[in-house]
Amino acid sequence: MTPTSAAVRAGFARGRAEIRQTLTNSQDLWNYLFPTLIFLVVMFFMRDSTVPGTTFSLGSRTLPSVIGMGIAFGGLVTLMMSLAVEREDGTLLRAKAVPNGMLGYLIGKIVTVSGMTVVAQTFVLIPSLFMLDGISMDWFTLIWVLALGLVATLPLGAVAGSLFSNPRNSGLIMLPVMGLVAISGIFYPISAMPEWVQGVAQVFPIYWLGLGMRSAMLPDGLSAVEIGESWRHLETLGVLGAWAVAGLVVAPMVLRRMARRESGSSVAERREKAMQRVT
Amino acid sequence: MAVVDHAEAQARGTEPATGGNVLDVRDLRMRYGTKDVLTGVNFTAHPGEVVALLGPNGAGKTTTIEILEGFRMRSAGEVSVLGIDPAHGDENWRARLGVVLQSWRDHGKWKVRELLQHLGLYYAPYSTDRITRPWDADELVAAVGLTEHADKKISRLSGGQRRRLDVAIGIVGRPELLFLDEPTAGFDPEARREFHDLVHKLADADTTILLTTHDLDEAEKLADRILILAGGAIIADGSADELARKMSTEAEVKWTVDGQRFVHSTTDATEFVRQLFSEHDDQLSDLEVRRASLEDTYMAMVRQFESGKQEDAVREFEVVTR
Repeated sequence: MTPTSAAVRAGFARGRAEIRQTLTNSQDLWNYLFPTLIFLVVMFFMRDSTVPGTTFSLGSRTLPSVIGMGIAFGGLVTLMMSLAVEREDGTLLRAKAVPNGMLGYLIGKIVTVSGMTVVAQTFVLIPSLFMLDGISMDWFTLIWVLALGLVATLPLGAVAGSLFSNPRNSGLIMLPVMGLVAISGIFYPISAMPEWVQGVAQVFPIYWLGLGMRSAMLPDGLSAVEIGESWRHLETLGVLGAWAVAGLVVAPMVLRRMARRESGSSVAERREKAMQRVT
Repeated sequence: MAVVDHAEAQARGTEPATGGNVLDVRDLRMRYGTKDVLTGVNFTAHPGEVVALLGPNGAGKTTTIEILEGFRMRSAGEVSVLGIDPAHGDENWRARLGVVLQSWRDHGKWKVRELLQHLGLYYAPYSTDRITRPWDADELVAAVGLTEHADKKISRLSGGQRRRLDVAIGIVGRPELLFLDEPTAGFDPEARREFHDLVHKLADADTTILLTTHDLDEAEKLADRILILAGGAIIADGSADELARKMSTEAEVKWTVDGQRFVHSTTDATEFVRQLFSEHDDQLSDLEVRRASLEDTYMAMVRQFESGKQEDAVREFEVVTR
């Protein structure tokens, strides 16, 4: 076995171990379940309203959008947070002290975040299928949008996580992400937004993840209320693909730069600061 | 000697380093902005040697060890660690090193044995005929005395247990060279003693160890050789014995003659006492000769260093040890 393949295998083992640890830890599990509960309640109350101009349930229309948003959050925010935290607590430095440890660490992180994102979205999906009417699943589309969505957002999350040295500051990036959610047609149809706002939203992956998921779960007729009155699969592929490529080019550079600066004293320094905040 | 070291290095499955030294540091300099932290550090370490880098806080011990670990770029000088420049050390080189980090709360959800097993996976491809990597997790847990906590979550360990786990992680790849930065900071005496036993065990297994400490007592107990780092350079280098002898330039002689007590300081106590005997012979009583200990001299230097008179401290210390 070569050192690289050993590290890749160790990375997958690491991801499995971390998923298991998350699923057996009530605090972590609650962190995943709590937003799910909120969304389920919201969709429950929306189920009798209809999409404007149709007789289709607004709750059912919201479900795929929420799942698309959940994937974007998983890739962006979860990875960013755990990178920032694990940089501060020395996990990353430990990975650096082990041969090919950074490779294993990153693979582990990707497996953990992807795995937990899928688990969390399943939590949303399964009860919704019983609760909501009119969902027609196209599993093939669901899987490629999910996979491409993760590949598009994970590198961005890694870059963001590398830029913040203090995990408490990383909350700052939540504001623009929430702003994007608001304009990306997740809860409110994007076609009702001013055109320039639509333009901004269509640059970022959140809109396309929502659209892609809607195309996977809603009847074809509903594409009529989307921009261009179409599911625009080709454009979805194009925009998410472009983010994926850009991210995969930039992320390793940013990660390498960040990892290079990690040393025992930089971890000790952050610990000192964190301790001061605690006391 | 060099030939023996060379053969030894090969026998242990390592590539021969220049002159058989595991560590070879020449004129190492480090500058942060306009502040010179290291102004020319020189030292070497042979295979199997335990070397303590001793110095007051802020003397640059951590900077030095981080440069050797390959975690920090130096400003100037030549450094060879296991025959390789740490600035260009690859993963092959990394696999032969052990680094014990100052840990905090990483991997808190992992269990002790689980984490050691996991980290061991990365070392398996680096196994050689002479060195089987990684260290078996169960054996390793036993070696650091954590057997009864092997299935405990790491976040539930006490400070001392956590530190022993850090050491276990540092040696899971059976390193040829182990770095320990302030390994016993925050230990109680019991944990400290257990830790010292562990270091002795590793040294017996032919691991070269470089540790930093600001505790002279610890350096004396653990190290074959002590390097005192102050003012950006190594100002003393030798075994605890050698350093003590070098510093014993002054001694205090106390004696009693006719019920009267006398005290005298001298650089040649032996000659002085000989004269006392020839003068007073059996009237002489209560004779005491006390040499200034390594500790006295070192502590005086540290006190001065920490009160900000760094250059004075180093100069005086150098005068004493010359």
